[in-house]
Amino acid sequence: MALLSNTAVLLGKELRTEFRSRELLTTTVVFVLLIFMIFSITFHPTTTESQQFGPGLLWVAFLFAASLMLQPCFLREQANDTLSALRLSVSDPFAIFFAKLTANTFFLLLTELLMLPFFAGFFNVRVFAVLPQLIVVFFLGSLGIAIPGTAFSAICAQARMRELMLPLLLLPVLTPILIATTEVTAALLQPEPSMNFAGLAIITGFDVVFLTALWLFGEYLLEE
Amino acid sequence: MLKSTLKASILFVLLAVTAYLAFYYAPIERTMGIIQKIFYLHVSSALSSFVAFSVCFYANLRYVFTRQAKSDWLGVSAAEVGLAFIFVVLITGPIWAHPVWGIWWTWSPRLTLTFVLGLLYVSYLLLRSMIEEPDKRALFSAVFGIFAFLDVPLVYFSIRWWRDQHPTPVIMGGPGSGLEPRMRVSYLLMWGALTGLLILLMNARYKLEALRASVEELRREAEVQ
Repeated sequence: MALLSNTAVLLGKELRTEFRSRELLTTTVVFVLLIFMIFSITFHPTTTESQQFGPGLLWVAFLFAASLMLQPCFLREQANDTLSALRLSVSDPFAIFFAKLTANTFFLLLTELLMLPFFAGFFNVRVFAVLPQLIVVFFLGSLGIAIPGTAFSAICAQARMRELMLPLLLLPVLTPILIATTEVTAALLQPEPSMNFAGLAIITGFDVVFLTALWLFGEYLLEE
Repeated sequence: MLKSTLKASILFVLLAVTAYLAFYYAPIERTMGIIQKIFYLHVSSALSSFVAFSVCFYANLRYVFTRQAKSDWLGVSAAEVGLAFIFVVLITGPIWAHPVWGIWWTWSPRLTLTFVLGLLYVSYLLLRSMIEEPDKRALFSAVFGIFAFLDVPLVYFSIRWWRDQHPTPVIMGGPGSGLEPRMRVSYLLMWGALTGLLILLMNARYKLEALRASVEELRREAEVQ
């Protein structure tokens, strides 16, 4: 119970910090728009081509945006020297991770939902008929990105060249998420949409495995 | 010194014998011809690299729970040697694939898995080089190593399900598969010799890391004084 109440308080702090400045959301939204534009300029896709490559592009954009968005997660605590205070204030250090990864999942999901209408408009993809299913995939996918992302953000905050290290650690680990989310999204965006449950199972499995690993080993990343 | 030279010489002879067996004792494969000989090195290296990465995972877990520097040394040795074997796999693979499949590379599940596996451990080593403080470096890279190893089955399942079109395994692939007996002997011996090489290299690398740690410690003491 202490875990949940601690997490709730810390989550409130994360959300307040972000919504005061809205720095993360603004940068990632602009970044995703840039990726959409760069894709269109470099590949000149026809309508069928953009429908074919759209789901992949969408998740590449989300993944890159996430590797930007996750950077300041622990760096901010370090810059303000608040990590020790945080650690002292909670009974279970996992609460710090749990709050941060919930906040990151939420911000990612928000970015993804904000970008969806642009994606639909730019690439002539019909998304609104399958919106509830897409939200499920976006949620599970964002959670899968946020779990290792938050852990590696804690690691990179203490490394040299930290801005470069996070994508290098994160992107290879996220291969299963990238494959599965892209395939599930592609199946949903077909003219006759279908839910790819095998893919969904892989995403859920990834979430469960890494959440357990973070719960078991996360506290070691907060040691001084 | 003498002991390690002796061990290395024995291993050298063993490797030479297995190479001879692979080329002259094992028959030439019917459809692929002489190029199939690369199989002995390719597959054995792949298996040896998996052994090395499993050792690395074990060392990472051990470090997290015991905090002995020795486990950290074992972890980095296993990762580096495993990576060397993965490079052998990634180099011999295309050499084999080009005449047989007509292409150097394809993003089939097994190739993708090997590639991702290599990248994961390159990241592991890069991370180590980016953290100065020894205890922190050991702990953080151990946690990353655990995450990386847990990722391997997930990568495997996702790509297998994504593109299930690779040839069924020839070895341990079920009825109808299997190696010709002389091929099997040569292959198993090659794997044994490469595992010997793996242990020898890991041992040397481990000693180097121990030396490096004591140099680091001495330097720190000198700075304090």
